[in-house]
Amino acid sequence: MAIAELSPGLTLIVGSLLIPVLRGRLRSAYLLLLPLLGLVHLATLTIGEFGVVEFIGYELVTLRVDRWSMVFGWIFMIATLVSAIYGLHVRGALQPMAGFVYAGSALGAVFAGDLMTLFFFWELTALSSVLLVWAGGTRSAYRAGMRYLIVQIASGMLLFFGALMQLNATGSLDFDHIGLDGPGGWLIFTAFGIKCAFPFLHNWLQDSYPEATEVGTVFLSAFTTKLAVYALARGFAGTELLVPIGAAMTAFPIFYAVIENDLRRVLAYSLNNQLGFMVVGIGIGTELSLNGTAAHAFTHILYKALLFMSMGAVLLRVGTVKGSELGGLYKSMPLTAAFCIVGAASISGFPLFSGFVSKSMILSAAGIESYLITWTVLLFASAGVFHHSGIKIPYFAFFAHDSGKRCAEAPLNMLIAMGIAAFLCIGIGVYPAPLYTLLPYPVDYAPYSPSHVLAQLQLLMFSALAFSVLMWTRIYPPELRSVNLDFDWVYRGPGKRLLSALTRSVGDLRAHAEGSARRGIEGMVAGLSRTHGPSGMLARTWPTGSMVLWVAVLLGAYLLFYYF
Amino acid sequence: MSKSTGTSAAEPKRWLDRPENVRKVYLSVWVVCAALLVAELFIDKHGETEIEHWFGFHGFFGFVACVFLVLAAKQLRRALIRPEDYYGDR
Repeated sequence: MAIAELSPGLTLIVGSLLIPVLRGRLRSAYLLLLPLLGLVHLATLTIGEFGVVEFIGYELVTLRVDRWSMVFGWIFMIATLVSAIYGLHVRGALQPMAGFVYAGSALGAVFAGDLMTLFFFWELTALSSVLLVWAGGTRSAYRAGMRYLIVQIASGMLLFFGALMQLNATGSLDFDHIGLDGPGGWLIFTAFGIKCAFPFLHNWLQDSYPEATEVGTVFLSAFTTKLAVYALARGFAGTELLVPIGAAMTAFPIFYAVIENDLRRVLAYSLNNQLGFMVVGIGIGTELSLNGTAAHAFTHILYKALLFMSMGAVLLRVGTVKGSELGGLYKSMPLTAAFCIVGAASISGFPLFSGFVSKSMILSAAGIESYLITWTVLLFASAGVFHHSGIKIPYFAFFAHDSGKRCAEAPLNMLIAMGIAAFLCIGIGVYPAPLYTLLPYPVDYAPYSPSHVLAQLQLLMFSALAFSVLMWTRIYPPELRSVNLDFDWVYRGPGKRLLSALTRSVGDLRAHAEGSARRGIEGMVAGLSRTHGPSGMLARTWPTGSMVLWVAVLLGAYLLFYYF
Repeated sequence: MSKSTGTSAAEPKRWLDRPENVRKVYLSVWVVCAALLVAELFIDKHGETEIEHWFGFHGFFGFVACVFLVLAAKQLRRALIRPEDYYGDR
């Protein structure tokens, strides 16, 4: 099989196996070489279906190359390169290895031509990316990682059963338009929705991303959710339900973003908000809106990574990214501040920055197709995102009142990574034609009309005026050390206590009914906890830790039951 | 993780350290907004929806949206705020 018939994801996954063997400069060089090889690999691909393997009587297409998979393939590989450069200062092999396997799995999923290949890589993204959360090294990172893993595995299981139902209903495992006609379609839709952080399925994102290391979050921000956007665009384009779901996603996280103190969590909320634009684009389902979704995913990965990189640099140098502790850092980290502002201008959609040329396609499509309420919500969210990501992030970190903190500028590798991302953000904004040629459908769209530029500038500058007035008059709420309750309260707060109580009472009941069997099961659980818990940590957080195991056991049992 | 060091007493004052300059920045936002409204007199605004043709629509909408966002979020926080160790795993 020629290299052009292998998924580009495999270049990264197989290539990552060498990372632990290499040391020092050699490893650094290799970490740069691998995504560059990946880019070359992408360039060699031709449109078509390759890498067909037979699996239990079905033909699986491991490499489907078309305009949709290529546009996501390019941006995923670019994001891998930027993240790799950003993480060059990290000494251990775990993070780069996990990052590359994660990126490779996301690429594998994007090039998957059937639902089983998609499922395989879908699960691999979950298993590899949780290591990036755990690399945060704190107890809260460990527990957030566990919750993350449960949710991601659940998404994979739904995809798996949905795929089997699709196979049963249609006789095919092809990953094309799925729709919501059958129960299999609904299961797959929910699986994609979890990874895409639909409302009420979203908390894993804001929970886990801010707990990862400075490098881990940059990797995380690029792949999981955009893979879900890609999968939704493939399987559910034109599904009307996605329009209100996406509109809700754009609007409701921004309220949280305004009052959140952890600036990386603010970015996680705004990531959720940006996904909403893409989901609306998929729901509208016209060529313009779908092009808008693909273009916005492309630009979003770059500016979101840039924003997370700038906050990661602050975390590395100052030790915190809490708005209540920061301020005045432009004096110590002027370049990081400048890069952060480029990211902020891009996410806000300022003319000449990347968000402007992509987000406006989705807004225009909503207007053209007469989704007036949705259009108004998107406009509100556009003003809101400028407010909390465009202004709040750079303002509270780098300006505001001087916190008195002085530190070194970000390391050179981080500055280079941020510089590349910033260059691309401005480059795409100034000259969008190359991006437009990559999009799935022919582009007939001119973002730079005087009318459009003026409208956007008015929207943004008057939003800035609102922020300035509220700051000047001291009405703006100060950053406070706090957490804000979100939907995860139902499974982390009282819901978790309810679950524990239920577990206890079921345990008691069972103890009375089958005393000896219970002792046997407990022995097995204890043994599994010992073997599966990294240095016994699993045993200390028994309810959450073992939940993953039990979910896997239950689903495995169900799978066997299904087969026989 | 490198720790930050304290403020040096000899550190020179930056432009933004002077309150009168912060005031200039604040006023300049007003000026830019006014200029953008004036510009609308010379640029024919068109869009996909009817309301986009109203004079100053985007500016007015942006201002009201952000004030609403902040005031609503402020009220929301009163109900949602909890101490940092609320979930007990910080």
